[in-house]
Amino acid sequence: MNSLLSVRNLRVEIPVGAGLLKPVRGISLDLNKGETLCIVGESGCGKSLTSLALMGLLPKVARCSGDRLSFGGQDLLGLTERQMARLRGRAISMVFQEPMTSLNPAYTIGDQLIEGMIRHDGVSRAKARDRAIFLLEKVGITAAASRLSQFPHQLSGGLRQRVMIAMSLMCGPDLIIADEPTTALDVTIQAKILRMMKDLQAELGMAMVFITHDLGVVARIADRIAVMYAGIFVETGTARQIFDTPTHPYTKGLLSCLPVPGKTKLGARLGAVPGVVPALIGGVQGCGFASRCPLRQAACDIEPELSERGDGHSCRCVHDTPTLRKAEWATA
Amino acid sequence: MGDRMMAEPQDIALELSGVSKTYQISQGLFAASKPLRALDNISLQLRRGEVLGLVGESGCGKSTLAKVLLGLEKPTRGDVRIFDQPFGSHDRKWIARRIQPIFQDPYSSLNPRKSVREIITLPLRVHSVGKTSGWNDGVSRMLDLVGLPQRLIDANPSQMSGGQRQRVAIARALIMRPEVVICDEPTSALDVSVQSQILNLLMDLRDELGLTYLFISHNLAVVEHIASRVAVMYLGRVVEQGPAARIFETPKHPYAVALLDSILTPDPSMDVPDVDLDGNFPNPVDPPSGCTFHPRCASATSLCSRLRPEPVQQAPGFVTCHLHDPNQQKDMA
Ligand SMILES: Nc1ncnc2c1ncn2[C@@H]1O[C@H](COP(=O)(O)OP(=O)(O)OP(=O)(O)O)[C@@H](O)[C@H]1O
Ligand SMILES: Nc1ncnc2c1ncn2[C@@H]1O[C@H](COP(=O)(O)OP(=O)(O)OP(=O)(O)O)[C@@H](O)[C@H]1O
Ligand SMILES: [Mg+2]
Ligand SMILES: [Mg+2]
Repeated sequence: MNSLLSVRNLRVEIPVGAGLLKPVRGISLDLNKGETLCIVGESGCGKSLTSLALMGLLPKVARCSGDRLSFGGQDLLGLTERQMARLRGRAISMVFQEPMTSLNPAYTIGDQLIEGMIRHDGVSRAKARDRAIFLLEKVGITAAASRLSQFPHQLSGGLRQRVMIAMSLMCGPDLIIADEPTTALDVTIQAKILRMMKDLQAELGMAMVFITHDLGVVARIADRIAVMYAGIFVETGTARQIFDTPTHPYTKGLLSCLPVPGKTKLGARLGAVPGVVPALIGGVQGCGFASRCPLRQAACDIEPELSERGDGHSCRCVHDTPTLRKAEWATA
Repeated sequence: MGDRMMAEPQDIALELSGVSKTYQISQGLFAASKPLRALDNISLQLRRGEVLGLVGESGCGKSTLAKVLLGLEKPTRGDVRIFDQPFGSHDRKWIARRIQPIFQDPYSSLNPRKSVREIITLPLRVHSVGKTSGWNDGVSRMLDLVGLPQRLIDANPSQMSGGQRQRVAIARALIMRPEVVICDEPTSALDVSVQSQILNLLMDLRDELGLTYLFISHNLAVVEHIASRVAVMYLGRVVEQGPAARIFETPKHPYAVALLDSILTPDPSMDVPDVDLDGNFPNPVDPPSGCTFHPRCASATSLCSRLRPEPVQQAPGFVTCHLHDPNQQKDMA
């Protein structure tokens, strides 16, 4: 299998006051050209750190290791910082969770969009400017030319996020890692941008790793879904498999939390996954979800392997295919 | 607007009358700056104990409205009243004990150099509320309330995930025990399980403390779940307002219709919708004539590009659209 991105046993560790934090504890994934992988999971489960690790952009204190991290056949773990930076500008790009941390407040939107492209692709300023305007319009920003002279703080949250998306597309990357790219957008623009990204994907064969909490978005764009919990993938499968036959108790709990238009009554209590994520300091004993799981049993003290449930649908749980009703959650 | 008749003044927590907010946008080095009307003659009431959902396109002015209600931005025109008194007649502390914000962006709204404890107690310190000795108890109760582990009490936001930070922001808002909470995308950075906890929590607090919410969100499923009334904004104006159930069932304004059509239900058998709105995104610095929505509206007539529509009663509530104006209907026919 010649996948574009291939990751085996990716780990991130961060020394903190209380010990060694292990926020990413062995992630494996394969992504083909033109494919979309969506990563969902509880806040703090390590999604952003996973994506930063893939980009080689972890904070300095963090340590990253893995059995394999290859992109287009190239081993990323062995690259120097400079080689990695070159790759980031062109072949891989990232849309960060928070635009304000990656947009420089001191420079105009135009400068930030254009400079990167001039540097990486060696095109003329005029050409880069045309591309910037083209992409800003694609993400639904009118009067794009006049927006180029604005500074990030003069834009609304949603406009900033769209600028980030345009920026990630400037050099026509092979892989986009997008961390919550549409959370600050209203639904009509979200739909438009998702359409555009899907179209570009079909056109250019771009692959996407898409991190989002919005299960509505996930359902509509994912080829495959990885459900992440406490630093590892606990369930992976196609969108259909995850939504139609969720298997891991965490996945089921997650789906019960959604207000469903027309089905959930006004103000009615939503489902919940009671409890909190285990502290990831020094690692986790047994199944990371056990402390919150209504089906916990003795066997959960040993961390389960990711096991195949048929047709590429895998789940990390000792229970076979537990039938878990909402009522059990309420009393858990 | 028209619903003034239906709410007694003492039932109104916040009221905007004819509020406009204009920013000056520079057009480059040699061009004169141009006005951008972020809010355009808005009249809106927030009634005690209600959850008013505010939805609308990105950049339509929702956050600006929130900032005006919080006293963070001065309206260019119009009046803001708080508990039936002019906004300007009170000091910061009086207002802060009544209205607190939860913002969209938990990154820039929390000081990354302060600990969680300091962040949550900041409003108490600024406004000298209660005894210092009681603060720690207050903070740890708040952490429990918003589902943060106690061990994070001395952590700072840079070590926390987006969702964890947003819970800190919520704890900070609630520690003042405000009557009104202005929520600007309070759950958009949260995963759905935390979102459901926070929504359940906001609803519990409303029942317990009689809180009033202005709830800004792009997540319409969430708004439908939590809001009793909804206002739909487009380019600085409220284009439709009414009971949530009515708006979600039979939206009237063409923009509201498109908005509801764009909801992505979690159904993997469906594709991303091709909403009939793309193309002509309006330029807020140079808004379209007449009804500002007309270039994107499939039902627009020549009247719509000429005449700016005024709110038409749709008791209870209104819609700002010629198509629903019985008087204009005759002209259009
Ligand atoms: N620089 C850091 N120092 C210490 N801990 C960190 C640092 N960055 C992240 N963490 C911790 O690592 C864990 C994973 O963080 P990460 O940002 O990857 O979460 P996430 O899954 O992206 O969450 P969210 O959905 O809220 O964005 C969290 O518990 C967080 O507190
Ligand atoms: N300080 C400012 N200076 C100039 N223009 C501004 C300023 N703040 C906001 N604007 C403009 O006012 C308009 C409304 O912005 P606002 O932040 O209220 O939108 P919003 O509805 O909250 O959008 P979003 O859903 O993206 O958060 C936008 O066009 C924005 O660019
Ligand atoms: Mg994150
Ligand atoms: Mg906003």
